[in-house]
Amino acid sequence: MYRYDEFDREFVTSRVAQFRDQVERRVSGELTEDNFKPLRLQNGVYLQLHAYMLRVAVPYGTLNSSQMRMLGHIARKYDRDYGHFTTRQNIQFNWPKLADIPDILEDLASVEMHAIQTSGNCIRNVTADHLAGAAADEVADPRPYAEILRQWSTIHPEFLFLPRKFKIAVIGSPNDRAAMQFHDIGLEVRKNDAGELGLRVFVGGGLGRTPMIGKMIRDWLPEEDMLSYCEAILRVYNLYGRRDNKYKARIKILVHETGLDDLKKDIEAEFERIKDGVLKLPDEDVAAIAAYFAPSEFADLPAKDDGLEQAKLDNRSFARWVDRNVVEHAQSGYAIVTVALKGTGEAPGDATSAQMDVLADLGEKYSFDELRVSHEQNVILPHVQLSDLKAVYDALLEAGMASANAGLITDIIACPGLDYCALATARSIPVAQELSQRFADLDCQNDIGDLKLKISGCINACGHHHVGHIGILGVDRRGEELYQVTLGGSGDEQAAVGEIIGRGFSKDEIGDAVETIVDTYLARRLSDDEAFLETYRRLGPQPFKDALYPAKETA
Amino acid sequence: MTTLFIDGAVAEDPWVSIDGEQPVPEAEDVIVSLALFEAQRHALLTRNEGRLGVYLEADDQIDAIADDLGKIDLVALDFPSFADGRAFSKARLLRDRHGFAGEIRATGDVRIDQVQHMRRSGFNALAVHHQPTVDSLMEIKDAGLNLFYQPAIEGAEARSSSGGRSWARRAL
Amino acid sequence: MSTLKNPIAFTANNLLDGEVVWLGRNGGWVKSIDEARVFGTEEERAMGAAEAAQADADNLVVEPYEIDLNLDEGRIAPAKFRERIRAAGPTMRLDLGKQAELSQPEALVAA
Ligand code: HEM
Ligand code: SF4
Repeated sequence: MYRYDEFDREFVTSRVAQFRDQVERRVSGELTEDNFKPLRLQNGVYLQLHAYMLRVAVPYGTLNSSQMRMLGHIARKYDRDYGHFTTRQNIQFNWPKLADIPDILEDLASVEMHAIQTSGNCIRNVTADHLAGAAADEVADPRPYAEILRQWSTIHPEFLFLPRKFKIAVIGSPNDRAAMQFHDIGLEVRKNDAGELGLRVFVGGGLGRTPMIGKMIRDWLPEEDMLSYCEAILRVYNLYGRRDNKYKARIKILVHETGLDDLKKDIEAEFERIKDGVLKLPDEDVAAIAAYFAPSEFADLPAKDDGLEQAKLDNRSFARWVDRNVVEHAQSGYAIVTVALKGTGEAPGDATSAQMDVLADLGEKYSFDELRVSHEQNVILPHVQLSDLKAVYDALLEAGMASANAGLITDIIACPGLDYCALATARSIPVAQELSQRFADLDCQNDIGDLKLKISGCINACGHHHVGHIGILGVDRRGEELYQVTLGGSGDEQAAVGEIIGRGFSKDEIGDAVETIVDTYLARRLSDDEAFLETYRRLGPQPFKDALYPAKETA
Repeated sequence: MTTLFIDGAVAEDPWVSIDGEQPVPEAEDVIVSLALFEAQRHALLTRNEGRLGVYLEADDQIDAIADDLGKIDLVALDFPSFADGRAFSKARLLRDRHGFAGEIRATGDVRIDQVQHMRRSGFNALAVHHQPTVDSLMEIKDAGLNLFYQPAIEGAEARSSSGGRSWARRAL
Repeated sequence: MSTLKNPIAFTANNLLDGEVVWLGRNGGWVKSIDEARVFGTEEERAMGAAEAAQADADNLVVEPYEIDLNLDEGRIAPAKFRERIRAAGPTMRLDLGKQAELSQPEALVAA
């Protein structure tokens, strides 16, 4: 994975010193809150319901064991012993004191981490496929591109005060595991017939109040042009994006209102002008960054491990966990493990300091010192030998992280909601907890099969509800929490925005409503192999509406 | 009170701003609004004495003056608020796309924490109201860092010695 | 003297540690809503607002604002659910926030 050189180290260290100075000026009263707020936001510091919140970047979701251990240390020393992994592959600490934050950033810098641009109207942490560098279906590792983008976008002088936040995601395989088409810019690394690497470029995707699927603006962009093209997009957006209404300020609205063709003309014209300039990427520089992500030194192993097969026969719980949480690795004899931070009744994405320590140890011992954070709020051990799976499982079991529910209905995404978030209109975590308990039975979950349930506590959609197969949005109706249900959303390569199914449900009703939806699916699916989303696409919303709103109400 | 800084040093301002319907003085250096420029374009461009500057509000685009930049000596770009970053891209376009070599002046809400970004985007002059910013600039206390992850306007920056990264820069 | 439709209080977060605070009965800012000062008239409200603005200007607290109260249960409770959560802590982590030290946390959120 990427390692800082002197330049990066000096950069991050001086940034910490700069923020320390700003905090001191704030505390001494030299800076008012008005002046300080944009500065703290650019360093990931929010003020939430109960306290400050610090959002730390995990660039493209990749981290090593000492970084994970440091996150645990920060939770223990400065916070309340836990952290919250988010859908943006970041981690949030919910209780830091302002006066401690410079020290926290210094601790982070010591393990090559930072909180730069995790908030504010700038280019945010670049996300990527969490299985990058491990997935069997990968064309090329997207992380070198994400890292180059991370660097270029860091304190880019022109793009720190954009109309609105700007999110970029990169994937390197035809299967989209990063909701790439729901980002301001989505990039898919591809290979052409000549074997050269390039990118397919999408623009104008996003969730929030007006969910939109990104539009393809370039089917093929040579990799050397990546920065020039992104710079052209950002420049056009910065000049023409709306600033009169913050709900219409994202690039998706500019694309929508201007039309892709017209906007593309401007972008391409600017790109033509700058493409042979300083931003053109020399092959050797791309190669130098890519070298950081070179495959680990995998052993030559058979595709099947007898010990593993035997352990599965001996231990049914383990076998189930392997079935759900372990997927194929590009390298024979290895596997990718999803550690689902979704125990029954737990807050999705939360991990305690002790759990972070365990994850760090497991990464170090069994996964070439690498871990990943997924946008589904889970942690991934990307390179585990088949023969080590049982040991990993046992350790996870002991630490309360062996939930065998990856991709199932209880592998819920939920934003912090009204329990923490100052913008929330309703709670999301307690709804996730209730559903997780309701569907806790593993037989029943496995029978239901692949089902993505996603919950947001307000229209900002941090919990990705628009792209949930079942999406739940909490709103406030005259002081009461009300939950709206959308069906049929999908964040993968067959991107779709869920449709609102009808009137919302109270907090007491929402559990039954989800159960009704699931029962309807079970009753109507063609076979056990037809997943929820397929059934929904085949039948449309009507049977679900009929079940949720019996005739007397719709009349 | 506005203090003008040019290339980092406090400077006298020889320019007069004209925006309403008043007549343009024949021999003075004037900064006119875009509306005035468009209304009296021919007369302004053919004056014999006095230099010409144009002031663009945040909603005005560079395209409106692009064809005449050869006869314009100064462009003032407004920052209506700290959060409105359009002028960064405009300065960049003036320097890069149009090769404009005259003064690019930042006006409006000019704050110390953005000064470095302004310089790197192509501004060489700052008209500052905000007193703490004036004070910091007097002390030459720049709030920025010295290392950059992207090329900006070529100026006091060199390619970073850090190998293998064509995009990195270091302040000289 | 014009009486307010609802009694109110003033709340903010401490600048230094971010903790939720209210203008207190005995002056200053307090960490428990039980000790908050209740404002019942326009005149009192104007005084409270001035005091809150001053604390903001003095960099003691951040972004103060007023909240509606509900005094029905014989206890000071915010009218809005959001503010009840601020006064208690996350509803699914009773070990966190102010409720961790309160005697009857559920009562506050459920109020
Ligand atoms: C708790 C503090 C948070 C605040 C104040 C916040 C605020 C916001 C706002 C205002 C938006 C809408 C932006 C727009 O449409 O222009 C948004 C979108 C989003 N946020 Fe958050 N958020 C918070 C936490 C989170 C968390 C915990 C996650 C991950 C679990 C997250 C991930 C996202 C995502 C994925 C989107 C939608 C994608 C898009 O930008 O279109 N946020 N957030
Ligand atoms: S969706 Fe709303 S409630 Fe949830 S974290 Fe985002 S802003 Fe907060």
